[in-house]
Amino acid sequence: MGVGFIILAHQALGRVAQVAGYWAGEGHPVAIHVDARTPAAEYLELQEALSGWSNIRFAERRACDWGKFSIVSATQDCAEIMLAEFPDVTHVFLASGSCLPLRPVEELDAFLAARPGTDFIESVTTEEVTWTVGGLDLERFTLRFPFSWKKHRKLFDLYVELQRKLKIRREIPEGVEPHMGSQWWCLTRETLAAILGDPNRQAYDRYFQKVWIPDESYFQSLVRKHTRAIESRSLTLARFDFQGKPHMFYDDHQWLLQRSECFVARKIWPQADGLYDYFLGKGLTEPRRVQPSARKLEKVFQLANERRITGREGLVMQSRFPTHHLWMLKKTCAPYSVFHGFSDLFLNFESWLEKRTGTRVHGHLFCKSEVRFSGRLDSYNGCLSNSAKLRDYNPEAFLGNLIWATQGEHQSFQFGPADRQAIRRFLTDDPNANINVITGAWAIPLLHSPHDFRRIRRIAARHQAIESQFVSALKDRHCRARVQIWTLAEFLEEPMQFLQTILDERDPGNSRRLTEAPIMADLSAFGRFVQKLKNEGMNPHSVGDFTIEEQPAEKRAPVQPYVVR
Amino acid sequence: MERKRKRVRSLRKQRELTPVVNRTASVAASDILLFCTLRNEKVRLAYFLDYYRSLGVNHFFFVDNNSDDGSAEYLAGQPDVSLWTTDASYKRARFGVDWINALLNRYGNGHWILHVDVDEFFVYPFCDSRPLAALTDWLDMSGTRSFGAMLLDMYPKAPLEQTDYAEGQNPFDVAEYFDSGNYMISRNWRYWNLWIQGGPRARAFFADKPENAPALNKIPLVKWSRGYVYMSSTHMLLPRGLNLTFDEGGGEKPSGVLLHAKFLNMFPEKSQEELKRKQHYSNSREYRAYAKGLDHRPSLWCRWSEKYINWRQLEILGLMSKGNWV
Repeated sequence: MGVGFIILAHQALGRVAQVAGYWAGEGHPVAIHVDARTPAAEYLELQEALSGWSNIRFAERRACDWGKFSIVSATQDCAEIMLAEFPDVTHVFLASGSCLPLRPVEELDAFLAARPGTDFIESVTTEEVTWTVGGLDLERFTLRFPFSWKKHRKLFDLYVELQRKLKIRREIPEGVEPHMGSQWWCLTRETLAAILGDPNRQAYDRYFQKVWIPDESYFQSLVRKHTRAIESRSLTLARFDFQGKPHMFYDDHQWLLQRSECFVARKIWPQADGLYDYFLGKGLTEPRRVQPSARKLEKVFQLANERRITGREGLVMQSRFPTHHLWMLKKTCAPYSVFHGFSDLFLNFESWLEKRTGTRVHGHLFCKSEVRFSGRLDSYNGCLSNSAKLRDYNPEAFLGNLIWATQGEHQSFQFGPADRQAIRRFLTDDPNANINVITGAWAIPLLHSPHDFRRIRRIAARHQAIESQFVSALKDRHCRARVQIWTLAEFLEEPMQFLQTILDERDPGNSRRLTEAPIMADLSAFGRFVQKLKNEGMNPHSVGDFTIEEQPAEKRAPVQPYVVR
Repeated sequence: MERKRKRVRSLRKQRELTPVVNRTASVAASDILLFCTLRNEKVRLAYFLDYYRSLGVNHFFFVDNNSDDGSAEYLAGQPDVSLWTTDASYKRARFGVDWINALLNRYGNGHWILHVDVDEFFVYPFCDSRPLAALTDWLDMSGTRSFGAMLLDMYPKAPLEQTDYAEGQNPFDVAEYFDSGNYMISRNWRYWNLWIQGGPRARAFFADKPENAPALNKIPLVKWSRGYVYMSSTHMLLPRGLNLTFDEGGGEKPSGVLLHAKFLNMFPEKSQEELKRKQHYSNSREYRAYAKGLDHRPSLWCRWSEKYINWRQLEILGLMSKGNWV
């Protein structure tokens, strides 16, 4: 006859009737336990529905609490009935009321027949277990747990802590090796009979009554004493999320469940009509169309837990709004580049860089009067507006949104002391920011300013002060951005070399030598200008060491001075 | 304290409600209930009821604020609707929230309730393959009492006046576009909730005064318990723990979206009417901005507007999340 089934149920008894009816109809006996707290009317209905089967039995109803020994007692009752009343049963399979067979029961019979005398039960030593809730593993066996974990969590935790402090320990009885594992097993008749008929059973039962969550450890430990051959795995597909609660299966999981090699799955949502119809109907006869793949299945659950725990990096939205552990998180979803001073030094820097790299290069996104998107569009990906007021209302959201909405395309933008500075903290806190700074370059546009020199001098002083603040934030040890800083004088020593370095770092191993240079601003009068600022009492230190070199007039036209070999 | 004051207030406001049809005797213990205030929305009702019935809402609770377009008569004839009516001030009932709080505390206890407007359509993860009860069962299992769904303004490509919405039609066949990524979020430390602004309304009507842009954060789905109160519209609740529908450590909690079918051909007319009634928030500031904005800008559509496909698209765009619901 082969395998017999135990079903532990407490709700959705209509589904229990369906599944039990299927197994019974295939000639496999079923022993059912229904929680004493389930309304009597529902229980009677179940009995009624299954009254036509001679191979279905009902165990005496007990009130079962999560994590308590009552669940083990109910299992023992059913197992005793099964062994006593159905002598042909060779294996006993423990299932719950929300279990659904995924494969025909004759396949299970054949599977077990091919592995005679083997017990299928996940049974792992406490040292190896990684999935325990609340971090309790061996202590489940050595402490006492009089308080409910679900209802009185604080008392539960306090009492555990107290016992740890006082080093109170329970003695583990002789013959019990603490093991844990999935509650859902399939044992041979011999092993199960030996566990139930153990001469020490009374002592074991008394001991396990005070162990926490004994349904995950009673059979898992005692099987080690009696088994002849054990395969430590469950034949039931059951996965748990990061809080230790079981994942549910719905109609749209049919494709997923078809990929499982397990014989039974839990938990099925009671209203998943599609799953019950398919797996108890067409699924039993239809040949499988998909290759089983445990890896694919595992991936789905792993991704779900990752999304809940770490989420999508750089995403700020209605259900992900990080305020804790900020030092571990990135502010944005992808690397981007900030160029400070480059568009002052090079006349066509934006279009040159866009062409060189094939990526998006914006102007001054944080310009006070408007957002200067690439191409000076009035809106951008994600329907971002070019309104400066909207941007300044929440500049961090603006930049985060831009990087999120342009995923797959590297973004660069210009930044400088004339821009709104509120975004600075965001930039220095973000490991995705690659910030390249030429200090003092703000002075170049002033060179051609029509304003009178006193005003120019004031602007220069203000820009230098703003820039210095930014530079010292970039040099701070808490800065998480990737930063390169040159003074204007330094940069002018080898401009092409430095541009090449910037491009190489962004796209290592994949960049070609620069052949075309951006057009540099006319700096012939710059040395004189810097000296004039000094003469007015300012110290333009950020420009670097600049010597006055009057250049001959004919060389003053904008030039592309360096074409690297 | 504040919560008690609000409760007392809603008890007082309950007297403003006159029952028209009360079919609440047919409500079962595990039913999902929907609560809604409306005024002159007859043309929207047929699709609204169909939509929520198909998600698995079991009973509807409507407060009709003095409609004269046949809304009340239509609703009274529906077998799964209970209807109250009032001619009191919408504004002085804090934009209808007091009335809804009163009904919730009377009929909502122990139920999962949806509180939406008649132009809001709830979209949640897997809503195309799983009924609402699948979500609420799962939330029960995870011990979660509230579920967030931000308001997503939908709009047509054509100017509003040129569109044509027919009664019973899916409004998103007409208003098929939305803004995918221009939302701004800050934290409200007083009530712990997030404050979300942005979208087409912010860029088209409030670019000069972004601080006045309407709030888009909403918590429409709650396992109701006597003593809870909605504070202002569905934006936040007390006790404050109900507002924590987001993860603060970098993870994503599951969340949904309320597709907002406000911008149809009825809108220009409606905003003129609302402007005259002066019954809306901050002296109807929003409607004044619309009236002004609509003169200048006939369409909300722009070249980056995204065409709506399904909830998975919204998930990928980062507007909502599955969280750890598989």
